[in-house]
Amino acid sequence: MPVVPPAPPRSPVGFHVGHHRSRPIDPVDPVAEDRALNTPLAEALSVVLLVAVLAGAVVRPFGLPEAVTAVPAAGIAVATGAISLDHARAEAERLGPVVGFLAAVLVMAHFCDVEGLFRACGAWMARWAAGRPRRLLTAVFALASVITAVLSLDATVVLLTPVVFATAARMGARPKPHVYACTHLSNTASLLLPVSNLTNLLAFAASGLSFTRFVALMALPWLAAIGVEYVVLRRFFARDLAAAAPPPNPAEAPRLPLFALVTVVCTLAGFVVASALGVEPAWAALAGALTLAGRALICRRATVRTVVKAAAPAFLAFVLSLGVVVRAVVDNGLGSALRHVLPDGTGLPALLALAALAAVLANLINNLPAVLVLLPPAASSGVGAVLAVLLGVNIGPNLTYAGSLATLLWRRILHRHGHGVDLREFTALGLLVVPGALAAAVVALWGALRVL
Amino acid sequence: MRVIAWLVEGTWPACVDAVRAHAPEDAEVTLLHVTGEDAPALAQGALAGLLGRAARPVRDPGERVAELSGASARELLDAAAARLGRACVRQERTGRAEREVVTAAEGAGLLVLARDGERRRLGPHSLGPAARFVVDHAPCPVLLVWPEEAPGLGTLPPSPPPPPHRR
Repeated sequence: MPVVPPAPPRSPVGFHVGHHRSRPIDPVDPVAEDRALNTPLAEALSVVLLVAVLAGAVVRPFGLPEAVTAVPAAGIAVATGAISLDHARAEAERLGPVVGFLAAVLVMAHFCDVEGLFRACGAWMARWAAGRPRRLLTAVFALASVITAVLSLDATVVLLTPVVFATAARMGARPKPHVYACTHLSNTASLLLPVSNLTNLLAFAASGLSFTRFVALMALPWLAAIGVEYVVLRRFFARDLAAAAPPPNPAEAPRLPLFALVTVVCTLAGFVVASALGVEPAWAALAGALTLAGRALICRRATVRTVVKAAAPAFLAFVLSLGVVVRAVVDNGLGSALRHVLPDGTGLPALLALAALAAVLANLINNLPAVLVLLPPAASSGVGAVLAVLLGVNIGPNLTYAGSLATLLWRRILHRHGHGVDLREFTALGLLVVPGALAAAVVALWGALRVL
Repeated sequence: MRVIAWLVEGTWPACVDAVRAHAPEDAEVTLLHVTGEDAPALAQGALAGLLGRAARPVRDPGERVAELSGASARELLDAAAARLGRACVRQERTGRAEREVVTAAEGAGLLVLARDGERRRLGPHSLGPAARFVVDHAPCPVLLVWPEEAPGLGTLPPSPPPPPHRR
């Protein structure tokens, strides 16, 4: 059996295939030596581990955090040699800054909520809407798009959605279109900044783009996708939006959460400056998070424990472990197999095909594993391919309820909420929105790539 | 006789006014509001779709939305009772609106509901699916009201041309 040498560790900015040519392959390469398993067996084991990680994350036996299955799975992958120690370390080094960045954004969003930013958002939306449901939808679109882009999709899902619901209900408007807008935009509007979505952070690290160039390339696709969402939702829910609400109670003027706003704006400026100076933009996020958390600590609105909890260490451990397990699956054969299957080139048809494939995969195995699997082969075809994959995995999840891994998840949710959502309606809306938004965004990306 | 009014956000004042105008003095009035389960489930599904976040110390947005919907239903029924200005029973239900309304209307003498469709183009679509279902399956007489002033005769479409063989 031929001895297949392992791929070299990736450079921190991207996955450069072909790099190994510059390094003579030593038959007693220490990396090759610690590979205890042959490739098919290692691939089978890695796939089993990945399935276990995903199943653990979805089913969560005894309500245990996802990391409880993911961390041991990553440990097994390293211990059995399914992934070499060097590769695991390279993956951890690559994901480390991403995870730190993520933690900082989570902390920022949490303390923006503590500062009352989201309550103020509710009051602003109510004032702008002035009792008219269509205007409320416009306000929800504007705020949900900005919040998702700046404070990440988690903030929109966890913090903004209840506020939007409460605003609609208090206004006497039917809440469904507005709640749908929030959940859809948490995906669609998460295209703009590297911090908007964990998938973006991963793609950002893989693409080697600067912060400002990432934003410049994604601005048009972001606007195009949101535009399609707006047109479709306005029409789809025309009936619910036509129901006039009774004149609203005069809303009290909200207290302006000035500190939170200034910190967020400064952090955004920090991203641009850091990127221009060649510094990791994660440092700007860290500064923003520390400022907000520091103020909360001084004002005794938080303890060190709540700050650490807001950074969600178990979630970060899960992301790292998932990354290591997926790397094992990719290294042991999936990567080269995908490189043959994935459309090559940077033309519009290739980008469209990549985005569609990514969207389908995101609906099959959820978008986080999907992006981890697709990034390495896409990165070898260039920036356009990476961003097309990103469009697919970010917009795609609107197609199926809870972003799929369908049956398992559905069962789990059924336990929590009787019959809940009308699946036919959800999927019909998804089928109307996702292909259009995805196509518009890919065309916009293609245009941006040619112009910029 | 029991008169039941199905109140929905946005259109409920018309139903309350219709009860005031048309329900007999001695009728027992029930104000009914049905809270859908879709908004909490949507919020819950959005969080569930984010892999790995279960360990985050966040409150499930689905639970928060469910609490808020309960509170807003109570507020709506309070406002409606105040507008009605007579003794009434308030009923809150949770589930699929159309099915809950039909079930609640069993044994009633009159069911009052408002059109919930697209009312800028008059015609079949001025009844949405929920109201359509209730009208089709109601176990009692139904009073269907316009949420705003009823349209005048001028809004009637022109009569269709006669069939070819009668020309």
